[in-house]
Amino acid sequence: MSEAEAADARRIATEARDRVRFEEEALELADQVYRVARRLVGTREEAEELVQETYARAFRSWRSYTHGTNMRAWLLRILTNLNVDRGRRIQRSPDVQPLEEGDYYLANKVAAAEGEQALEQERVVERLSQHGVVDALSGIPHDFRDVVVLVDIGDFSYADAAQILDIPIGTVMSRLHRGRRLLKQKLAEETLA
Amino acid sequence: MSFDVGCEKCEELLQGYLDRDLAPTEVAVAEGHLNSCDYCRRRYRFEETLRRYIRTTASERIPPGLMQKLAELREQSPYAT
Repeated sequence: MSEAEAADARRIATEARDRVRFEEEALELADQVYRVARRLVGTREEAEELVQETYARAFRSWRSYTHGTNMRAWLLRILTNLNVDRGRRIQRSPDVQPLEEGDYYLANKVAAAEGEQALEQERVVERLSQHGVVDALSGIPHDFRDVVVLVDIGDFSYADAAQILDIPIGTVMSRLHRGRRLLKQKLAEETLA
Repeated sequence: MSFDVGCEKCEELLQGYLDRDLAPTEVAVAEGHLNSCDYCRRRYRFEETLRRYIRTTASERIPPGLMQKLAELREQSPYAT
């Protein structure tokens, strides 16, 4: 084997090792990626498809991932782009009606209905149902929901969410703020109706 | 030194406080008020509980079959050895 051939063989071996390492790391994150995907779309089937498309693309373009950076954010960026490509953004204009209710809205509603003691942890958990939370989340317009899901369910920082969605950090914060208020309004409607 | 800013200001700061996204001076303002106000402290705990609850109830584990499908995609990768 010539020196050039040996160098080539070494390069191929290194690349194969890097690719395997990438794939393994990506697969370890699949559960976390799915949890976010599941709340970004309406059904489990859609979430499964979206995650599969994401991994197919990630495995094809693994070279564009920089080792040592946040792979979970990198995968979610692919996923949210694919989700937009799937044409889910029919609802393009986020509602701009002013929200008069403050951040204490849900707490105040609960307290008004059942007294201040109802704000204690066990009572809150008893009152809210899993179904109610999922429904309330899915009722929030996409642009707000994306941010709420990434930050409050995916546990991404504002900066990561900004990078994933390709929007300024200030927009992440304002959408998060509004999205959470919308969520609370919906929870109030559903749980206190 | 503490200067109580009132419930309205506390409400405004609370989400950022829970996100650990406030400047140190704002943290001091929020905590100063929370330490002295039952009304806001209850709402702070409520928000904390609500967030935890949302995170756990809205999280669905990956379906068992999907993990397998993803691992198979890896073998179809054009660079697979």
